[in-house]
Amino acid sequence: MKPGSVAIVGAAETTELGKIPNLSQLQLHADAALNTLADAGLKPVDIDGVATAGESPVAIAYMLGIAPRWVDGTAVGGCSFMLHVRHAAAAICEGLCKTVLVTHGESGYSRVGRTLPARGPSSYNGQFEAPFGTAGPPTAFTIPALRYMKRFGLREEDLALVAVVQREWATHNPRASHRTPLTVDEVLASSMIAYPFRKLMCCLVTDGGGALVLAAAERARDFPRKPVYVLGTGESVETPLVSQMEDFTTSRAFRVSGKQAFEEAGISPREVGHLMIYDAFAHLPLFGLEDLGFVERGEAARFIRDRHTAPGGRLPLNTNGGGLSYMHSGMYGMYALQESVRQLRGIAPAQVPGVRISVAHGVGGMFAASGTIVLGSER
Amino acid sequence: MPEASRALPEPTPETAHFWEGTRQGELRLQRCDACLHVYFPPRPFCPKCAHRRVTVIRASGRATLYSYVIHHRPVPGFEPPYSIAVVELEERPRMMTNIVNAPQTPEALRLDMPVRVVFRRISDTITLPLFEPVEKLA
Repeated sequence: MKPGSVAIVGAAETTELGKIPNLSQLQLHADAALNTLADAGLKPVDIDGVATAGESPVAIAYMLGIAPRWVDGTAVGGCSFMLHVRHAAAAICEGLCKTVLVTHGESGYSRVGRTLPARGPSSYNGQFEAPFGTAGPPTAFTIPALRYMKRFGLREEDLALVAVVQREWATHNPRASHRTPLTVDEVLASSMIAYPFRKLMCCLVTDGGGALVLAAAERARDFPRKPVYVLGTGESVETPLVSQMEDFTTSRAFRVSGKQAFEEAGISPREVGHLMIYDAFAHLPLFGLEDLGFVERGEAARFIRDRHTAPGGRLPLNTNGGGLSYMHSGMYGMYALQESVRQLRGIAPAQVPGVRISVAHGVGGMFAASGTIVLGSER
Repeated sequence: MPEASRALPEPTPETAHFWEGTRQGELRLQRCDACLHVYFPPRPFCPKCAHRRVTVIRASGRATLYSYVIHHRPVPGFEPPYSIAVVELEERPRMMTNIVNAPQTPEALRLDMPVRVVFRRISDTITLPLFEPVEKLA
């Protein structure tokens, strides 16, 4: 894909976020899709490509009355939507389809009509991790953290500060689940979930959804909203077993995906004015900042302590409040993309002045997969 | 502890030798006949060079504590707080396990401390490889 040849021409989240017990997972997809089609000034009949995770693209296309000639059901966890953007951009460039709808919806809190990825007792996870008492992300995603902390001399306060700074951003966002300012002491006094992770270092569990429409950049002016251009994309996977990561202090999937996205965009991290790093847990922005090349290995905690990622800093990070304070339905990647689009359109609640390049970086599974999208306000 | 209520593994043809080993009190790894790479989890080919001839070997059971969390929430078959750990075997591969016969505290569970395998029979077919500190705390 040539940088800037495809644009995001529609983007919206579900009408509500948080606790939505009256909508099923499928309807959360549909609600987000309908809001996004309205944002793009389109009807379902205008869509000829469908990509989704969590639900089958068959279900989404059928429900919305779309007859697609291109579908993508890539489901590698919370970053799947970054991969959908990448695959959709390639498909549009190749002429396989013209107008792609990417949807996400998840009843993470209310658990209405929820589908779950099947991991049977004979899978690698079922044989070599689950018997030791892993019980979802809080006990698996977190396992590399102590090794990282020992290697780079971090303390629990450093993890707590990630949550504190992101809460600063969330105080500006009326749609954020948590908006009350937070202190390091309060984070360290919250209940212990899985040492060294306390409750406020773990993401929220909420309901919601979001969707995107992509089209060729030449058509971008036919749509009512300011287009956001896809400048570079990357993706990778490492292992379904967090215990088998090559190195507990750096994610190979992050490095491969990030490098590809920056190379494709032809930019360096220094040119990025706004950054979203999927923060299911407080250590993820640390890994992301380092593995994407924004700071040297082991420097991320100090970078955050020096307030470079905070309001007024030179690299605003997770400006919606992130998975820690804004919302986290389970597959958060879509919300990172939505905030990048808002920032580049200039309509974010905590708008950073003059953002021209934004990066949305996602993780899937427990460091299992990764997707990175470089977006720009200009081609 | 009602350990039988744990999420128990279901061996496949490719992993049966591992679970047969733990039943017999052996920790089994595999070694590539071509490049001599020693690896885990089991598969009937080398993940490094894709060679199909590999040999099952018995690990020493000696390891060091690589990383862990101490889980504080209830999970079927476990009594919180309990450690979910990754150990690095003397032969190099890492594996997930629980550290047992030690206080489940950050003070007692120090990264890089020596640990050794102990086998915990959970059911007729499944024995789990767990690890305990080599040196008892004073």
